[in-house]
Formats: sequence, C-alpha cells, structure tokens
Amino acid sequence: MNKYLTASILVGALALSACTRPDRFGGGAGAGADGMGAGAGMGAGFDQSAIGQGGLGAGNPNSPEYFAQSIGDRVLFAVDQSTLSSEAMATLDGQAQWLMTNTDYLAVIEGHADEQGTREYNVALGARRANAAREYLISRGVPASRLRTISYGKERPVATCSDPSCYAQNRRAVTVIAAGALS
Amino acid sequence: MLTRTIALLLAPLVAATVLPAPVTAQSGPLRITISEGVIEPLPFAVPGFQAETAGAEQIAADITRVVAQDLSGTGLFREIPASSFISTPASFASPVAYPDWRAINAQALITGAVAVNGDQLTVKFRLYDVFTGAELGEGLQFAGTTGGWRRMGHKVADAVYSRITGESGYFDSRVVFVSESGPKDNRARRLGIMDYDGENRQFLTDSNSLVLAPRFSPNGDRVLYTSYESGFPRINLLDVASVGRRQITTVEGEMAFSPRFSKDGGAVIYSVSTGGNTDIYRTELGSGAHSRLTSAPSIETSPSLSPDGSQIVFESDRSGTQQLYVMPASGGEPRRISFGEGRYGSPVWSPRGDLIAFTKQNAGRFHIGVMRTDGSEERLLTSSFLDESPTWAPNGRVLMFTRETQGASGGPQIYSVDISGRNLKQVPTGGFASDPSWGPLQQ
Repeated sequence: MNKYLTASILVGALALSACTRPDRFGGGAGAGADGMGAGAGMGAGFDQSAIGQGGLGAGNPNSPEYFAQSIGDRVLFAVDQSTLSSEAMATLDGQAQWLMTNTDYLAVIEGHADEQGTREYNVALGARRANAAREYLISRGVPASRLRTISYGKERPVATCSDPSCYAQNRRAVTVIAAGALS
Repeated sequence: MLTRTIALLLAPLVAATVLPAPVTAQSGPLRITISEGVIEPLPFAVPGFQAETAGAEQIAADITRVVAQDLSGTGLFREIPASSFISTPASFASPVAYPDWRAINAQALITGAVAVNGDQLTVKFRLYDVFTGAELGEGLQFAGTTGGWRRMGHKVADAVYSRITGESGYFDSRVVFVSESGPKDNRARRLGIMDYDGENRQFLTDSNSLVLAPRFSPNGDRVLYTSYESGFPRINLLDVASVGRRQITTVEGEMAFSPRFSKDGGAVIYSVSTGGNTDIYRTELGSGAHSRLTSAPSIETSPSLSPDGSQIVFESDRSGTQQLYVMPASGGEPRRISFGEGRYGSPVWSPRGDLIAFTKQNAGRFHIGVMRTDGSEERLLTSSFLDESPTWAPNGRVLMFTRETQGASGGPQIYSVDISGRNLKQVPTGGFASDPSWGPLQQ
C-alpha cells in the first residue's frame, strides 16, 4: 500500500504528472499530519529544487512553502471549540487569497484535537474544525471542489507535552497544499 | 501485505465431556456472591495436575499454573502455596484427604490430570468443597490439541469460577486492541489480538496506516475498525481466522468511523461526518442497505447496543457538552441519561444489560465509571490523567480500558478493573496498547 495515500488520491483526481511530490505530505503515514505544513516550513530534508514547478521555494510567493511559512498553514482553536477567532480568520483570508491566485493547487484541511478528550469524540471534533476552516475558505471564494477535509482527532499531535501550551498547538486545522498539474 | 498470519491454535475445537461422578453432585456452601463485594478472597488449593502419560509433566504443570493464575487474578480467590500442603493426591482417582485440606484452610480444592497422545491433549478436573467434604459439580474432561493448552487451563478455571460464583467465567476469551509504537508525535498503530491475560499476542494488520478503536463481532470471528488506509477514515471488516479484510461501503461522507456490530453480527452501526456534522447510521452487511439513526447538527458518535438489541446508548454534545443518550435501536427521540458534572463519552452497554460503562472527564481528570441504564447510581471506578475506552468482560463483571500516562514520553497501556473498582491491574501487552475490545467466551 502506498504510504502517501492522501497524496495519491489527489494525484489520481487531477491526473497529475510525475513532477508531483508525494512527500509533501510528510514522512509517510507514521509521521502523518505532523510533518505536513511544519515539515515544509522547516525544510525537513526536502530538496526544494525538486518541487517541480521549477525551483519554487519559500521565497517564491507562489510556492507551497511560502504558503506554509509566510501565510500560515494552520489556525488554532479554543478548548472543545470549532469557532474561528479573528486571528484565525485573518490567516484563512491569506490562505484564500493564495489559493485563488494559485488555482492549480488543491488543499486538504486536517482537523486535530488535543489529547484531553475521548478518541472518537475527538475525531468528530477535528472534523468540525476542519470544516469550519473549509467553509470559511469557500466563503472567501475558493471553490469547494478544491478543498477536502480529514480529521485525525488526537492521533497526530505536533506538540507532545501534557500541558496547556502544547494542547493549544494541537487544537488546529492545517491546510495542506497538494501540488498541482503545471508541467 | 500482512506481515503475519494468525496461527490457528484452536482449529480442532476444545470439546468438553462430563466425567462419571464418584459422588453425587451436590451444591455445598462454597459460594462467592460477587455483588456483595468480596473483600477476603476465597482460599483454594490446586495441587499440580497429574501427568497421566509419559512426557506430559511439563504441560500438566503449565496448565495448573494457568488455572491458578486465572482464579487468583480475579481478586476473588487466593491460592494456597504448595509448600503449605500436608499431602497431595496420589492420583486423580484417589480419595480426597479432606482433613489435610481443612487444616490449611483450603476452602476449594481443584484436582486434575493431563494426558498427551501425539498432539492430542486431554485435561480433566474435579472441584471439591473442602468444608462440606463433597465434590462441587461433576468432574469435567476437555479434549483438544497441545497447541491450545492455555485454553484448556482457562476452560478449567472458567468452570471453577462459574461453579463457585454462579456467574459465567471470562478466562477463555480474547481481546483485540491497538498496538502502538514509536514517539508520541510519530506513533505507529496496528491491530493486535491476545488472550484476555495478554498471552498469545499476534498482529492482525501492519502499521502502515492509522487504525482506531477495533470491535469484536458478537461471536468473535470478525473485527470492525476505523482505518486510514485509503487516506481518509473508513470502516474495515477483518476476518480473524484468515486476517483478510475489506472496506465497508458506508453512507457517503467525508469520514466514517466508530463502527460497532449489531447483535446478530449482520450490520454495522457507526458514525459519518459530513460538513463538520457527525451522525449515527446503520448499514446491513448483506444487502448494503443504509438507515440513518440520528439527525442533529451536533456530534453523535460512539454507539453501543443493549444486549437485547433494542436500544442504543451513544454520546452527543447537543446539550453543549459531551453527554450520554439512549434511543431505540432503529433511531428515534434520544433520552439523556448522564447528568453529573463533567463530560461523558465512549459508553458501552454491559453484556448483562444492567449497567453502562463510560469515560468521564471532569476537573482535569479522566475516570472509568458505570451507571445503571437510566443513568442512576453512577460510580467511578478509576481516576487518572487519562483513562478511556472501557470494554466489558463477557460476563459483565470486569472492564478493560486504556490508561495513558502524560508527557512526551507518555503512552497508553491496557488495564482491567472489576465493577466494584477493585483489582486494578495492567494487562501485559509488550508495549504501548490502547482501545481494547473484549470478545466473547470461546466455544
């Protein structure tokens, strides 16, 4: 089975060519969501010249790296909430603008929860958070057909301590850019 | 792609036959009534089972240990060490020297014998009520294969437990669970299966994709679980014997998760999230027909059927926080049953029908608790940084659950506790493990 399933699905949907980099989606199923977004920002061993759109990097405003680093790929939520803060809306405004400019990209919005909740409820809560971000992006003009959601519940924390500072980072919706068909 | 196949230890079924009784079966006063809350465990003696064939000594000793550990492990019984014995039976047929057992205060005496012929194993036992000086029930003989020797011990212990408590046993049962490995922010998960005591652990899936919350079918032949194998959460059905698996075609939605079997094993009750809203649905495994059981803009998930199949308990945050509700199994107006402080989730209906176990989150702590099915008589059995996902022993007297320790190096382990809140202990799983689902007594 392909380890990079999320990428594979999107690849299939768009009939993308070989320039697509499935490792955009992190270090495989194990690393999963954590590697996403954060991985792009930190480099995480990525060879940026391999992106496929011809040397796009964090400095290029049309690159997914720029999206993750400079625009911000994630919004955070209060405990057990899925309402968007004004700060979150500002981030999503930037995401929407980028997605409207870079129309060859799709996005998967991942919803996450902190560990202070039961497993299945947290999957549902993550779904609600991902959907809140998706609805907002749609309200700003991004076509719904370019946005998918997934929830990982509490299974993919980015911060591993068991105190409020880590919980705050884990209660998130991360917009993961899927490379488009430009070649 | 499966990395291991499950050894079918038990392909030839264990068969039980009643031995001719040397004395008339008689019910003595040897009895534990569990609901009264046993504080002082009942002392029993189990001299090493006799080896009746050459070379059967080791397996006889091993089976004796399983019987003793099963009974002691309940917290209801206490084994008297062999070093205290005044005499031991010369053979399985020897008369019982009751005074010798009374003198060391053994209230129950279990004798047994083991014979091995090729890979065929025969185990027989008798249970004696020492103080009335009579056999309790009739002698029983189990026949199977040597590979299933642990099951033979569990069968004997189940029979002893049942005769003394009047309840069915739970030792000859298995548990499916999620085996976890790796750091907290990069954890690999795979389905595992083990005996109730953590023995005979095997993997059922590889760790390439996230799996959540497996559930045994009513007869233990299949497992439902949530898998991210397709890239998104979907429901898989796995056959335990062949470890073959397939994805269930659920109602359409972005995510499907939280699957449970119907009581006849022929349908799946589960949750689907669409547009941020999560509701409960039912899909017939045969026809593929779907029905919707809840329709609310809130989160409805973690369903559990009553043992008669007529009702479903589930969790919903329609009130603003996670609480427990009961509705007819075909859907309909739910009735809230949890009203204490805090949040309630992952309800599971007892196989006896009398109680609902749940996870409670309150004031920064997690608890496993039980309540009557109308929500009354709530009792919290455990308390820790994170306890969740209870599952019932087949006799409804013991729960297993997940206990997770905090911090970056923390992780989940499986624990068990009886419904009085006593006998809390960790189940050995050889590493991090979560989300146990306790299967039925094996046939």
